Amino acid sequence: MHPVVKTVLERLGLGLATLFFVSIIIFSAIEMLPGDFGQAILGQAALPETVAAFRQELGLDKPAYIRYFDWALGAIQGDLGTSFSGRNASGADRSAEVVDKIAPRLWNTLFLASMAALIAVPLSLILGILTALYRNSFFDRSVNTATLTTISFPEFFVAYILILFFASLNQIFPSLANVDPDTNFGERIYRTALPAFTLTLVIVAHMMRMTRAAIINLLASPYIQMAKLSGASQTEIILKHALPNAWAPIATVIAFNLAYLVVGVVVVEVVFVYPGVGQLMVDAVRTRDIPVVQGCALIFAVTYILLNLIADIIGIVTNPRLLHPK
Amino acid sequence: MKNKKDNTTLLQIKDLKIEGFSDERWHKIIKGVNLELKRGEVLGLIGESGAGKSTLGLAAMGYTQPGCRITGGQINFDGVDLTKRTDSEKRKYWGNRMTYVAQSAAASFNPAHRLINQTTESTIRAGLKKQNEAFDEARALYDALNLPNPETIGERYPHQVSGGQLQRIMTAMAMSPNPDLIVFDEPTTALDVTTQVEVLAAMRDIVKTYGTAAIYITHDLSVVAQMADRIKVLRYGEEVEEAMTRKMLKSPKEDYTKSLWSVRSIQKPEKKSKDIILEVKNVDAFYGSFHVLKNINIKLPLGRTVALVGESGSGKSTVARVITGLLEPKIGSVKFKNRELPPSLKGRTKDQLQKIQMIYQMADVAMNPKQTVYDIISRPASFFASLTGANLRKRVVELLEQIDLDESFIDRYPSELSGGQKQRICIARALAANPEVVICDEVTSALDQIVQEGILTLLGRLQKDLNLSYIFITHDIATVKAISDEVVVMNEGEVVEQGLKSEIFSPPHPEYTELLLSSVPEMDPDWLTDLLKARNY
Repeated sequence: MHPVVKTVLERLGLGLATLFFVSIIIFSAIEMLPGDFGQAILGQAALPETVAAFRQELGLDKPAYIRYFDWALGAIQGDLGTSFSGRNASGADRSAEVVDKIAPRLWNTLFLASMAALIAVPLSLILGILTALYRNSFFDRSVNTATLTTISFPEFFVAYILILFFASLNQIFPSLANVDPDTNFGERIYRTALPAFTLTLVIVAHMMRMTRAAIINLLASPYIQMAKLSGASQTEIILKHALPNAWAPIATVIAFNLAYLVVGVVVVEVVFVYPGVGQLMVDAVRTRDIPVVQGCALIFAVTYILLNLIADIIGIVTNPRLLHPK
Repeated sequence: MKNKKDNTTLLQIKDLKIEGFSDERWHKIIKGVNLELKRGEVLGLIGESGAGKSTLGLAAMGYTQPGCRITGGQINFDGVDLTKRTDSEKRKYWGNRMTYVAQSAAASFNPAHRLINQTTESTIRAGLKKQNEAFDEARALYDALNLPNPETIGERYPHQVSGGQLQRIMTAMAMSPNPDLIVFDEPTTALDVTTQVEVLAAMRDIVKTYGTAAIYITHDLSVVAQMADRIKVLRYGEEVEEAMTRKMLKSPKEDYTKSLWSVRSIQKPEKKSKDIILEVKNVDAFYGSFHVLKNINIKLPLGRTVALVGESGSGKSTVARVITGLLEPKIGSVKFKNRELPPSLKGRTKDQLQKIQMIYQMADVAMNPKQTVYDIISRPASFFASLTGANLRKRVVELLEQIDLDESFIDRYPSELSGGQKQRICIARALAANPEVVICDEVTSALDQIVQEGILTLLGRLQKDLNLSYIFITHDIATVKAISDEVVVMNEGEVVEQGLKSEIFSPPHPEYTELLLSSVPEMDPDWLTDLLKARNY
């Protein structure tokens, strides 16, 4: 087997193991939350017998490890359980499957994340390469200052500024990004433009500065001096001699930021009233809808692990020592 | 390609001055040097570190390193003053009419590209040849440079070939555009002697065949003697003297030039000794599944020096790791004064640790840069001898005196010391433990000749005064001759032979010792030619 395939399989196995531990942590953390779902739904006045009956119905009376395995086995098969919400004291059951609750929200989140990524990643790479090429110039300093400024403001602030300029003063984009499954594709892009710009401004600095640093870090290498002495121009040195050796750190930072786009954008969702997974999770925590919280947390964990795995693979594939062993 | 040799001047440097920026100010690196090179001529530039020879070599191409500037003089290359040209104008010369061969080929090849693409990159960029034509010629050059599998070796990546092969491929890269001038910057310094011979021969051949002019930079007189028609000696950015090679070797005028081969003048008479203080017995050791040491037996006589000689990868530093307990042997043992030492560092008592100390090659990285000389030396003195307060300070001063430094050094940081002083501090640190055996791992390899001589003399004196026993690990035969009583020759994890210096250096030799000894360059300009003839190249 080619060593790269072997390494990738190893990483994949490690990722699965990580996921297993994370699932235990998620389950235990929620187990440790204070308060009781039954009591919270039925109210302080509920009789202890009613609460006990309700808990039995939801399966909350079973020991924790059994509930964990039920949940974990279900999750492997794509079944994250049934939401607790939609039930009430009268016993009426209008609860939905967790998967059905999360799926449309996840699609919205991924849509927004992809849009932000499609703008931010190429922008950061180009800016990073250009600032490395014209390092210490006026252009370099301006780009650095500008991106640092946007990352230094809280997200909601950036969001409101964008709303002020692009929705209120000039009505170019809508200030509310309310989409539903029936919204068509073009309309979706139009409505999610402002949240996507906000996220872009928030993540560009990190990726752009890493690209710049990774390239500049290599410019002191003897092989770069060698390239200069063989008559290569600055552009050629950066693109052909430095960049191919700089992908691993850049990919890691990009993966980190993409993961953030999926799991960490709840503030932006709230500002633009965008129906994403973040809001769903916050609501679920408030209502103690344990299966939904667990489901969201698991999806976030998968996102992190998957994106970091991809970054690792890029690091391996762009390293000739690993790709072409002796 | 036709031979370019004729008697016209190719390069003329007049009163060149270069400054470098460091510590917040400009320092003079080159202080007005003149240099002339005819077409097809090879000029050797020699000097110690800091002499400015690399700076001058690069300046011959009109290139200055970042942080350096040319403050005066001219660099006339084929009638064009390069000091007056912009970078983009000079780029038309670089990699086309003038090329560069760097010291560390391993670091100077881009790890991301195939060798043949790098070999031909500048030739194709300059539009001298089409890609397939350039590739064909590169393969022919690989063949001419005696590289194995010249047809396919170019398809490999830099990490897939050995150091000696890389250095030859870099020579092929420099030859590819058929330049007028090649600057060789210490091209064989990082290579083992047996590899160096092949590389030197290949480079000399190809330069002669095409009549390319070359500047050959090195600190090693015997190497430059093989390569250069003429030699220029530099010191502190100024010319010391210049003469034709044979004349320079036979009758150097300046004292400084004579001192450049001073280590070769130390000759310690060997002494026998029956008492064995340390013995390595039947040791086999592994790194993972890699078998590094195979049945090693070495005896160290009391108060004597045993030199461990071998090329990189021969396992000589691993022997030191086994003796000090850093690496546990799989089989075999280490005996100190006839008592077996616990195999691992952790199992050894304070007393056992104290008796065996080490000094390393890179004094720079063997010291904590945030500690003063006092901190560095006093730590083993207080740890092993339990000294404190005024007694500890007295001991540190005493140790400094033993290594010929005075008390004023006590509060300095390593960055405020020269290379030789740093190595002396490392020696004092080893002595602070009151050791009986000191393992010196290539302690002089990173130092200039004159500084080396000082360190070796010091080690010799300390041995006499304190009755120390040394295991001296080195790849340099001149150093071995200078300091050892006994010699152990190692190759590929095995001991080839051990014996008194006089026995090892007089024939008959085992095959490997013969190869090793005959590969050490001598101060004779005909040495390489004669050696190649003898080896039937």
